[in-house]
Amino acid sequence: MTYLFNTPDQEREMLRTIGANSVEDLFEQIPSASRLNRPLDLAPPLGEMDLERELRGLASRNRGCSTRTCFMGGGVYDHFIPAAVDEVTGRGEFYTAYTPYQAEASQGSLQAFFEYQSLICRLTGMDVCNASLYEGGTAVSEAAFMAMRVTDRHDKVVILGSVHPEYQQVLRTYLSNLKCEVVVVPAPGGTADLAKVKAVLDDKTAGLIIQHPNFFGCLEEADELAKLARSVGALSVVSFDPISLGLLRRPGDYGADIAVAEGQPLGIPMQYGGPFLGLFTCRNEFLRKMPGRLVGRTTDRSGRTCYTLTIQAREQHIRREKATSNICTNQGLLALRATVYLSLLGCRGLREIAELCCRKAHYAAERLTSVAGLARAFPERPFFKEFVLSCPPDAERVLASARKAGFDLGPSLSRFSPAGDSSLKHGMLVAVTEQRTRQEIDALAAALAESSR
Amino acid sequence: MDINSLKYARSHEWVALEGKSATIGITDFAVRQLTDLVHIELPKVGRTIRQGETFGEVESVKAVSDLYAPLSGEITAVNDKLADDLGVLSDDPFGKGWVIKVTVTDPSSLAELMDRKAYEAHCAEEENHA
Repeated sequence: MTYLFNTPDQEREMLRTIGANSVEDLFEQIPSASRLNRPLDLAPPLGEMDLERELRGLASRNRGCSTRTCFMGGGVYDHFIPAAVDEVTGRGEFYTAYTPYQAEASQGSLQAFFEYQSLICRLTGMDVCNASLYEGGTAVSEAAFMAMRVTDRHDKVVILGSVHPEYQQVLRTYLSNLKCEVVVVPAPGGTADLAKVKAVLDDKTAGLIIQHPNFFGCLEEADELAKLARSVGALSVVSFDPISLGLLRRPGDYGADIAVAEGQPLGIPMQYGGPFLGLFTCRNEFLRKMPGRLVGRTTDRSGRTCYTLTIQAREQHIRREKATSNICTNQGLLALRATVYLSLLGCRGLREIAELCCRKAHYAAERLTSVAGLARAFPERPFFKEFVLSCPPDAERVLASARKAGFDLGPSLSRFSPAGDSSLKHGMLVAVTEQRTRQEIDALAAALAESSR
Repeated sequence: MDINSLKYARSHEWVALEGKSATIGITDFAVRQLTDLVHIELPKVGRTIRQGETFGEVESVKAVSDLYAPLSGEITAVNDKLADDLGVLSDDPFGKGWVIKVTVTDPSSLAELMDRKAYEAHCAEEENHA
């Protein structure tokens, strides 16, 4: 437990500094009728030893990835986080720093974001990376807006049905008050059908949004899709898994115009589903249409290297309603985690992790499909670290028996009914990270075999 | 270009008329106010513009400013050279720094424009308010 102190002396000092006589003074402007005129209904104060015991008891009731075995997929993954990530990120200089508008007081943060941008550019093969957005879903929506600005087409964006259903929902919410139509190309076979995609693309289409590897874990024909988009003058937007780039070709190498991602796999805990990190990259020619802030490296008047926010004239605090986006900040602390994580891993480390995920996922697919009644939903499609396990007649029953044996799988695809046609109703996602062992995979297969008997 | 024969918009664009054809640029006053120019967004040839509508934007180190159509017409040419070298716009706003050429479709939109003398008075007033 952290030792945070608040003594009567300190309280007096703080009051004196701000010119108040008592804490009560601070609440004076709240009418007494609106105030709770009695103490809060709380248990009496505890000594440190008793408090520690009480909180430990409460915390031990949590069930998380430290006490169970996580095979869950769907956008958030149980990757290993080296201790150095917490150590560096937890430093007070980073942990409490506010937004770096004052470059002269924020060189540390600005340099960290510059390194982040540089690392993500190398990872993706894209020209420019912004200083980060909030998470993967809004990054997809911001990319759609940006495609509309770049192409000056405001009537239509096309998104594949194999993109995360929640990202699709976020996109629809973002576009709901504009006249822009969202056309979804279903992917009942697990990946996009190029002919069907081609059929809906036209000279009104601002962007084609794909996910690769997609929501079902399958690899899309990303380069062909990027070509199709270009052939009608639309931008190709790719949502990728950053870990997959240890093995797969980079978005910049297969011609993506905008590449975005959920950055959670890069050293960020699963932490109740957020806060996370939005990676956002694009080609150089679109730089001025990019949302969010950008950190640049320059020299000060003594010729020393320094860092500063740059290309700010297009941002909200200057351009008001004509800004490229209402995003005028970045996800600083979590971008720093990704920076430290990638620096620790290096190119070889990332490749090793990607290979481990891929091999273990394929071993798991082999073991689990050897259980009677279980099969891969799209057996002919190549996948990276995640796949859909089809468990008719009832995915919930399989999830429950795994849960009982200490394994968490899923989510079940029935949760995302608009995305799932009937063939996917009995499907669930299974993801395998580098953390999973052969023993764990074997034990999961044994538990499911036992319950299917 | 003889600046005294040009027509001017309150939003600091100039117009040189030759029959139904108009050349449009931004004024020396606008260039001075913007300070160091870093980027320009130009429209495409063939686009129809209406008086008062935004047809592009120019970015300086301190702000992004819209370019407003001083009249209504169809764009027949765009000075693409500006995208590579904004120095031309800063150094010669009334000559080599022209921005677009337009075929005027609505001559009545010209009535709104000022002559040089009225424009100079307009600039002086803006400077006093600044």
